[in-house]
Amino acid sequence: MESTGLRVALRIWVTLVLLFLFVPVLLIILYAFNSSTIESWPIRGFTGHWFSVAWHDSQVREALWLSVRVGLFATGLALVLGSMVAYALHQFRFFGRDGISLLLVLPIALPGIITGIALNSFFSFTGIEFGTLTVVAGHATFCIVVVFNNLIARLRRMPGSLGEASMDLGARGWQTLRFVTIPLAATALVSGALLAFALSFDEVIVTVFTAGAQNTLPLWIFGAIRLGQQLPEVNVVVTIVIALTLIPVILAARIAGSGAVTRSR
Amino acid sequence: MTNSVSNERWLRVRSALWKRPWARATLLLSPPLAWFLLVYIASLLVLLITAFWQVNPFTSNIERIWSLGNLQTIFTTPAYLSIIGKTVGMAAAVTVTDAVVAVPFAYFMARIAAPRTRTALFVAILLPLWASYLAKVYSWLLIFTNNGFLDWTLGLVGIGKSNLIYTNAAVFIVFCYLWLPYMIIPVYSAFERVPASLIEASQDLGGRTWRTTRRVLLPLALPGIVAGSIFTFSLTLGDYITPLLVGGTSANFMGNVIYTNIGIANNVPFAAAMALVPIVIMGIYLLGARALGAFEAI
Repeated sequence: MESTGLRVALRIWVTLVLLFLFVPVLLIILYAFNSSTIESWPIRGFTGHWFSVAWHDSQVREALWLSVRVGLFATGLALVLGSMVAYALHQFRFFGRDGISLLLVLPIALPGIITGIALNSFFSFTGIEFGTLTVVAGHATFCIVVVFNNLIARLRRMPGSLGEASMDLGARGWQTLRFVTIPLAATALVSGALLAFALSFDEVIVTVFTAGAQNTLPLWIFGAIRLGQQLPEVNVVVTIVIALTLIPVILAARIAGSGAVTRSR
Repeated sequence: MTNSVSNERWLRVRSALWKRPWARATLLLSPPLAWFLLVYIASLLVLLITAFWQVNPFTSNIERIWSLGNLQTIFTTPAYLSIIGKTVGMAAAVTVTDAVVAVPFAYFMARIAAPRTRTALFVAILLPLWASYLAKVYSWLLIFTNNGFLDWTLGLVGIGKSNLIYTNAAVFIVFCYLWLPYMIIPVYSAFERVPASLIEASQDLGGRTWRTTRRVLLPLALPGIVAGSIFTFSLTLGDYITPLLVGGTSANFMGNVIYTNIGIANNVPFAAAMALVPIVIMGIYLLGARALGAFEAI
């Protein structure tokens, strides 16, 4: 129905928006190879030197290791708790069901700083010491909803007849869950876990309020940018973080389809 | 012998559970709900209570005495009122800009692009959506910096330096950049759900492109726009890192007030009181969004 003029105009618009979205990310990657310590454009020479500097920086290593550990713990916790709610809400009808799904979305619907400061005042109030555990607790709280969303969307699409057929063939509830439901939901669980890890690995707004003396990788980056120090190293670390968050997301999209990784469900 | 006894006991437990679905539901729901109540809801309650406490100005200890002092300070100090106004204004400006940028893009994706292009565009939105938040903010620091990419580009067309770094305009551009994918996705799915028959009907009735778009497509896409706006609005309201990194000294947003009061000033009750403001604003916003049918569009 659209006229040729409109089509051309839209095509130009889409190209401009794509440039707007991708140029900053591509620039970062180029800057990671910048041989100069001055961050001006155009880049005069290229080197892989800063990768080696970052790799041998013990602070960066410790931060990376902490981020990986926190991500794994938070993902594990979110996987268990998120699947339990998703399965229960799918299987049973009861009063307060909608309230529970609203409750789960709250940590990502409210501004991140609210979750951060709420957890911060809670931990100070109860005298829990800030450290790895408090960071994990914060991350798990907003990762649960990612696992939940992925799993419940899959459960809803799964035909009820499969479960009924399994029961007709004499399977008990547990057997149906083990041999029918879980295998059919496996890819949704894996993609949910990958997304939860990516979310946790990159999180900074809540983490600032829940971390103790140790740095996660985003906290190290935040600190370094604020101080304006070690910026060549920051370029490298940030490039690696982009890669490490995109790999799980690409895997999740391959496993469960790109509709599962929209982040806004 | 013992084995069969324990087997029998296990069977009895199972059949008891099978006969009582509420017991199974309770078993499944207790751990996750306990987590949410004990960690998250408890935290929000502590936040709410803390907002009404005070900090002793001499000892800087928290005094657990009920008082409206913090809220009074916020609502009677012109500086804080202007910070609230500035933050809400920024969130609104970012939301409107992202909607204006996203609608033609999403329209092209849903209605003009061939299926393969559509998939490619979808992936092209997802990649920057998930690429590290800090990396994206930092990349704009590199773009805005003195003699950086922007100055170089402007130099090519003969305009002088931008001097955008550490200004509100820089914060605005970065916010628009960061949250744009959050707007495009729901608008795209809203456009995609509009049945082709409705558009044909409008055309049969003589509606030209513009009229069909304005009278048929946009009203049907509105819930998608509102759904996206929840993210752009809420994410802007609660961000303190972007203003801190690219806004420099003009980083006066609600999030920054909360952040400095937790960190440097160490006045947790005041930070908590300030945090109530975005909660209330988002509450009102979500009620309005629900009335416009945004929740069905997410």
